[in-house]
Amino acid sequence: MSETINGVAFAILAVMCVGGAIGMLFTKNIVHAAFWLLEVSVAAAGLFFILNADYVALVQLLVYAVAVAVLMVFSIMITLRRLEDAIRPRDFSALAAVLGVLFCGVMVYVLLAFSAPAGQKLPAVPPDIAAFGKLLFAVNGWALQFEIASLILVVALVGAVWWTMEGED
Amino acid sequence: MRVGLEPFLILAAVLFSLGLYGAVSKKATVMLLMSLELMAIAININLVAFSRFVTPRTMDGLFFAVFTMVVSAAEVGLGLALVLAIYRRSRESEVDRLSQLKG
Repeated sequence: MSETINGVAFAILAVMCVGGAIGMLFTKNIVHAAFWLLEVSVAAAGLFFILNADYVALVQLLVYAVAVAVLMVFSIMITLRRLEDAIRPRDFSALAAVLGVLFCGVMVYVLLAFSAPAGQKLPAVPPDIAAFGKLLFAVNGWALQFEIASLILVVALVGAVWWTMEGED
Repeated sequence: MRVGLEPFLILAAVLFSLGLYGAVSKKATVMLLMSLELMAIAININLVAFSRFVTPRTMDGLFFAVFTMVVSAAEVGLGLALVLAIYRRSRESEVDRLSQLKG
């Protein structure tokens, strides 16, 4: 396995991620939940930065921390007529908690027995966005898949507009 | 202190479980979509960590992470559009009360 990563930065970002997720799930105010999700997205972008994935980190910031957060806040704004509607009872479900704990337990149990495959050596200079772009558009690279992904996005966004326009003249 | 691949995987597992809990227990549709986003973020952390520690030269995991992001962005866009469309018809945004399609 290649060399390792600064544990202090990881610990801070991990606490931010898990704390934000818990805050999102257990806050009573649905608008606060949207902001907690934003915090988790930013922390995840930080994790991608310390993993030398600059491009993914930037996309994460642009797509999740900006676009998705704005979408969430706007849909909350439209579907709530009064300020009081934002305050919700904490829907706690014991069955869901059991499911989550069981899943987490199984995953951690499996991961403790897991040993990472011996991978490629990390280059002395970690690959940056330029290396990512060269791989993306290399011969037999990922260009076709990338175009298909953009097609999926276009279809989804046009579909979203069409759905919300339904019933309007 | 230096960390390897495993702490990232465990963090992702914890985040995914929290998202799973939210997706099963929440009653507001928007909260449901937010929990799904949480699960997507956990999956991305896994992909990027594997890419960094197993294939740092070819960066396969990063490309997979980008495609996951595309799919989850499409999912959240369509999901919120659906929430708005349903809200416009029935003035309702609680999952439990959306039962028009019930047989």
